[in-house]
Amino acid sequence: MAFMGHTLSPAPLWHNGPTPGAFYNFPANSSNLGPASRPLQDFRAHSASPITTTTSVVAVKFDKGCVIAADTLGSYGSLARFRDCPRVMKVNDLIMLGSGGDYADFQYLKDIIEQKIIDEQCLGDGLNLKPRSLHCWLTRVLYNKRSKMDPLWNNYVVAGIQDGEPFLGAVDKLGTAYEDAAIATGLGAYMATPLIRDVTEKGPLDEESAKALVRKCMEVLFYRDARSFPRYQIGVVTAAGVKIDEPVDLKHDWSLAHMIKMK
Amino acid sequence: MLGINDNFPEYALPGVKKVHFEPYADNGGSIVAIAGDDFAVIGADTRLSTGFSIYTREQKKLFKLSDQTVLGATGCWCDTLTLTRLLQARMQMYEHEHNKAMTTPAVAQMLSTMLYYKRFFPYYVSNILAGIDSEGKGCVYSYDPIGHCERSTYRAGGSAGAQLQPLLDNQIGLKNMQNVTEAPLPKEKALALLKDVFISAAERDIYTGDSIYILIITANGIQEEKFELRKD
Repeated sequence: MAFMGHTLSPAPLWHNGPTPGAFYNFPANSSNLGPASRPLQDFRAHSASPITTTTSVVAVKFDKGCVIAADTLGSYGSLARFRDCPRVMKVNDLIMLGSGGDYADFQYLKDIIEQKIIDEQCLGDGLNLKPRSLHCWLTRVLYNKRSKMDPLWNNYVVAGIQDGEPFLGAVDKLGTAYEDAAIATGLGAYMATPLIRDVTEKGPLDEESAKALVRKCMEVLFYRDARSFPRYQIGVVTAAGVKIDEPVDLKHDWSLAHMIKMK
Repeated sequence: MLGINDNFPEYALPGVKKVHFEPYADNGGSIVAIAGDDFAVIGADTRLSTGFSIYTREQKKLFKLSDQTVLGATGCWCDTLTLTRLLQARMQMYEHEHNKAMTTPAVAQMLSTMLYYKRFFPYYVSNILAGIDSEGKGCVYSYDPIGHCERSTYRAGGSAGAQLQPLLDNQIGLKNMQNVTEAPLPKEKALALLKDVFISAAERDIYTGDSIYILIITANGIQEEKFELRKD
């Protein structure tokens, strides 16, 4: 088909000049020479790095459902900037979503998901989104954004009930997706997952022990993660529905701190 | 795609850390496939990891594409997910169009084309395809991330591929040995060898471990097997 290529698409009118709407680097300008010559800024990419960030999400599966916990701090670099950033959301009666990473990106996707649910309810066919479908959808959205080099800088944890069975899955900013009985993102991946796996490998948990385990993880993370906060939310999803508690304060005691000497 | 520091140096602050976006990740994992006269076995470990942390210990990395073709894929897991989904969709389109399932050599060629289509933003995936060809013989195809394709009888790939291949060269290819006679490889020996090489890989490669998920492809269909590896 190459022989008729030029008949299908006309040649561009304008060559070798400034592109409309972009910075123009003059060819003779010495700062543009050599390998250090810089590319134009791409204004479409709004989150090449995260701004207001949130830290770990901790989630665990139990016999009849899943628990998710996340604190409510929005950090601005190392500054503890926003103290009330809830990031465990109810999607529908059988799905809960937790997010870590850039808070603005989470709010953007939250609005889209909420609209999806409204659209679905307007159809009125009685069908509801299931957790595995949302998990798969998130994979595609995040993968497409990363392929445009304009990622949504988040780790998502999807928890829910899929055909009567608990579902727990994670998706990161690249679209890397997996399911597991224990998921912790951010610093929690290093500090909370070992704690949770120690317990879950011994056998299935019930709701109360799962919540106690997650609370313990939040406490450990608060002591060790410098971007964490003592106020956090816990959400539970079972076949009976989604219940996300109001933020609670964890009791912390630093009286031992003076005994720890870093050398 | 430069930030504030480069375009507006007067707004730059000292000590502000700039995070750069990297679209690829290395999620590890190894695959071994061995073909015999009338069978093919393929195994992949079930550890999905990044850096020093393990995402999950039970991630299957083998994809049953038809009842005589299996694809093993490791590397950047998000690319693996996308590639295999696209591959499954295109195989379904082929089936609807031609009213027959794709043969293993046909899938092998299509995979090469699909990988090369993304030549300048590749799928960072190490693929090994195993199956039964149109003559009923076992076959193994291996790929590089941009679509180079080669047919062979045995292949190791993924994070421990470079450690496992020489072992297979010696044990199956009978390389660097004197006074050996070539004999057809029985299925039981192929399976035992596959487990052995994975035990060795799990000792040395931190991205390989937990367990192996094995699929045995014969004319009668696909059998599954699971084998535990060390979990540290």
